[in-house]
Amino acid sequence: MTAKAIFEKLLLAFGQESFPAFDAEAKQPLLTVAVDKLVEICIFLKQDPDLAFDLLNNLSGVDFGPEVQTKAVFYHLTSLFHEHQLGLKVEVPRSGEVAVPSVAGVWRTADWHEREAFDLVGIPFSGHPDLRRILMPEDWPGHPLEKDYQEPEFFHGIQVAYEAPASRPEEAGPPDLGSN
Amino acid sequence: MTPLPANNPRMDPQSAKTGEGRVLITQLDDLINWARLSSLWPMSFGLACCAIEMMATNASHYDLDRFGVFPRPSPRQSDVMIVAGTVTFKMADRIRRLYEQMPEPRYVISMGSCSNCGGPYWEHGYHVVKGVDRIIPVDVYVPGCPPRPEALIGGILKLQEKIRGIAPAPEAINPSA
Repeated sequence: MTAKAIFEKLLLAFGQESFPAFDAEAKQPLLTVAVDKLVEICIFLKQDPDLAFDLLNNLSGVDFGPEVQTKAVFYHLTSLFHEHQLGLKVEVPRSGEVAVPSVAGVWRTADWHEREAFDLVGIPFSGHPDLRRILMPEDWPGHPLEKDYQEPEFFHGIQVAYEAPASRPEEAGPPDLGSN
Repeated sequence: MTPLPANNPRMDPQSAKTGEGRVLITQLDDLINWARLSSLWPMSFGLACCAIEMMATNASHYDLDRFGVFPRPSPRQSDVMIVAGTVTFKMADRIRRLYEQMPEPRYVISMGSCSNCGGPYWEHGYHVVKGVDRIIPVDVYVPGCPPRPEALIGGILKLQEKIRGIAPAPEAINPSA
């Protein structure tokens, strides 16, 4: 099925208000989905015999920064049977007050990917079986891939910054070789 | 079976290894140092791509065993820690603990740019310790990204040189000295 045909099928099932945006012209067709309808739509995408998206290729979190004030999760889906693909996008406010519903119950791949998006970008997921950090240490402060992230000065007594020498050689001028 | 020729050293009673009439005179310092530097057993663990190079050095082609270097699976049997790869903050606590579990005398070889100074992660690597010498004392730094096996062997020879110059006997004979 073409991306357009998939979108029309979804429109029939869930209505216009579930899909804020759709870009069929993009190289990878991208469908923006309303947060509260996400899991329902994902189950439909997987179980409908004409769609049969049985593979979640990738799930990634993105922080658009303090100016845009949103974060987003992208889902890349493939149907191995029909050999068609679709991208999904879910946008949430940057403050973290709205959690993205977990799709780990639909595709198990999502379990660790959602943990990664939570760990690095700080996106909360609701209904996740085990939402812990996956890469950073358990007690690490903050989420390092947030656009306005400030790294801590010390972690467990170890200085984090490289701390370049106070004056670099080219700024300090030629080195003083002494009298001899 | 062919008989040994008459001029074979094994037939010469003077050089036969009977254990009789052979005396070696040395200082205790030199003897202890020789023993230590001749069997530097590293702890077998690796952190990143440098570990692949370290494994290649251990394998048959470069054959670290000819220097008495033989990886051990436990810190309690190890003399050397070869920090081969990127030291993350998550790993830093573990490395410090493994180092503390090693019996003295213990030595550390920092292998590769990451463990020397943070390497390519020096500026934006929020997760990388900018040099393993921030958590444990390092004896020899091996530069490279990753260092070739020859470079690691060079580092081990440097460490042997360093051990040769240490005066261990007073502590070894009398711990209170």
